[in-house]
Amino acid sequence: MNKILLIIQREYLSRVKKKSFIVMTFLVPVLFIGMISLVGFLLMKQNDIGDKHKIEVVDESGRFANNLKSTTVIEYVTAKGNYTTAKKTFIKDGDDYLLYIPASLDSIQILGEKKAGPMTTGKIEDELSNIIRSQRLAAAGIDTSVLSRAQKPISITAMQITEKGVKDAHSYVAMFIGFLSAFLIYMCLFIYGTQVMRGVIEEKVSRIIEVVISSVKPFQLMLGKIIGVGLVGLTQFLLWIIISVVLSMTVGTALIKSQISAKTEQVSTMQQGSSTGTPATQKQTDINFTSIMHDVQDIPVAYTIACFLFYFLCGYFLYSAIFAAVGSAVDNETETQQFMLPITLPLIFTFIVSQNFIINNPDSSISVWLSMIPFTSPIAMMVRIPFGVPAWQLALSMLFMIIGFLFTTWLASRIYRVGILMYGKKASYRELAKWIMYKE
Amino acid sequence: MISIRNIVKQYASHRALDDVSMEIQKGDVFGLLGPNGAGKTSLIRIINQITAPDSGQVLFNGEPLNQVHVERIGYLPEERGLYKKMEIGEQIIYLARLKGLSRPEALKRAKYWFEKLQIQSWWNKNIEELSKGMQQKAQFVATVIHEPELLILDEPFTGFDPVNAEIIKNEILELNKKGATVIFSTHRMESVEELCDSIALLNLSHKILDGKVKDIRNSYRSGTYMLEYEGDKIHLNGTSPFSILQETSLDGYQQVKLKINAGSKVNDVLHYMLPLASINKLEEVIPTMNDIFIQMVGAQNNNN
Repeated sequence: MNKILLIIQREYLSRVKKKSFIVMTFLVPVLFIGMISLVGFLLMKQNDIGDKHKIEVVDESGRFANNLKSTTVIEYVTAKGNYTTAKKTFIKDGDDYLLYIPASLDSIQILGEKKAGPMTTGKIEDELSNIIRSQRLAAAGIDTSVLSRAQKPISITAMQITEKGVKDAHSYVAMFIGFLSAFLIYMCLFIYGTQVMRGVIEEKVSRIIEVVISSVKPFQLMLGKIIGVGLVGLTQFLLWIIISVVLSMTVGTALIKSQISAKTEQVSTMQQGSSTGTPATQKQTDINFTSIMHDVQDIPVAYTIACFLFYFLCGYFLYSAIFAAVGSAVDNETETQQFMLPITLPLIFTFIVSQNFIINNPDSSISVWLSMIPFTSPIAMMVRIPFGVPAWQLALSMLFMIIGFLFTTWLASRIYRVGILMYGKKASYRELAKWIMYKE
Repeated sequence: MISIRNIVKQYASHRALDDVSMEIQKGDVFGLLGPNGAGKTSLIRIINQITAPDSGQVLFNGEPLNQVHVERIGYLPEERGLYKKMEIGEQIIYLARLKGLSRPEALKRAKYWFEKLQIQSWWNKNIEELSKGMQQKAQFVATVIHEPELLILDEPFTGFDPVNAEIIKNEILELNKKGATVIFSTHRMESVEELCDSIALLNLSHKILDGKVKDIRNSYRSGTYMLEYEGDKIHLNGTSPFSILQETSLDGYQQVKLKINAGSKVNDVLHYMLPLASINKLEEVIPTMNDIFIQMVGAQNNNN
């Protein structure tokens, strides 16, 4: 036992001390957060990332001029003359566009040196039709207070009936968490499984293996290596999470600050034009945002993390044992090709199926089956868990998972103990089967 | 020290060891000899508990071999190797700790050996930065650092230049003098005569010869002598007590390899030769281990 600890220590330290580990540990969260915040920034700013447009308005109908309210991107200015004079002077006056509203409202035009973009025209259209609608409804004798009540936005909340009662199903958040954890497990099984395999090949190629196994049992060496690399994986995870949280908090506060200042600006403009009853759309997005925040708080964090750790560790043990067996059977990394397919196939298959099918049908029979088979369950089950999985299914899947990894570890160690001492012989599947049968 | 009893080791279609038995006495330097593929490595791996025999038993000081004994054996495999990307000092300490030493003890002894072999300046280097000879020295340290009672050295001198080979040889002899039993597997017969007290010869999975080197060489004496004299070539007549196997002449000296006839003695040879020539030298040709090796293995392999 003491010797396994020594092996774990060596495997762990020799990897953690490597430059590539340190670089990866810091680079990945920086890139990740950088990417996310760039996307977030662009989404947030898509409205006002462009220049502010100044629009001169010639309103022959006389219905809009005083009701048009400027926003962060569009500023309305009443033209000084009539349409013909304004047409000639608006460019000279430094305005971008001329909005011409004839008395009949039939052919409203916007003129400019450049053609106005769809975003700009869309905004103006919304603004004009809102004003018209309010005016016509008011003309029909409907009170503005009735009006704003009539414009109640609707959103549907998916609810889930559980033993404890009814709760939000928070399906978007569930999808995201399912996707993220499945993706992480998929990536990590590959990354750390391959590291185990490389480690085994390195020991074999450098011929140190014979010295080491004259001191410890091959099984101890294999287990020590698997655990050591697994701990490296966990360390990297932990550091990634810490760095990501710290980074996203700093970047996040910066973003939120700018968002808040933008919001207050919007609110103040909204208040100015509240009588027109336009803030409906804005309100709706706000509600969605708070409901998502609410959903996030609603996710059982400890439960999800515990499940993630369980499936990550068991999946890792299951696959890395096979990776170790493959490493022991070959003389160099190029020879691993023929054995890699059966390992990678179930992983890739489950990953693709989970992202396209399970995530949309978490309770279909295929999803349930895939979350039971130990080779596919680490990914499939993690997609299902945020949607809620019956306790008996989870228990059964975990039981199979444990049996599965014990079995592959046993099988792999049978191949490993023979393989590490075999040189120059090209191993075939039939050969591997024979090795499993060898006596001690 | 080590009793090997009726070991059989079978690989898929090939029997590597077939009913092999031998005794290795405490304090001996024991040569394990044999051509390639004779089963030496298989036997060494069994003693190291890397593999287990299909039948038969190995006793270590009378006890059946078990995991406790691992820490009392030092093994230098024929195919050397250390972790390429690990500092050499740390690596030696790691291997020593796998053999049961505590970290401070391992550090102390590693320092001692590095100084003794004058490689202390390499302590922080990665193995891949070292020359082959340096790596071999480091590996030797890893083999002996836990002061094993039994040293198993598979071709220990390959990869060393003559100076370093001499250094390592003296270290081995010194350890032996301090009480370590040495199993020494090699093809180089001249080092066997120089170092080994006893040997066992394996061929085609069987032990075909074992015993003390002196006894074996004596038992292969065949009454062959080397005679050197000055003067013209002699011509033997019917009464000569020997027959000539080989004749050469060199700078006026005649060298004759001769075989004494049955019933005659060395003195008879001198008696016969004295009137004929001025004798320079007459000595017995005791077969070298090399001769015996070739004779035994060659004969057996021709028969098959």
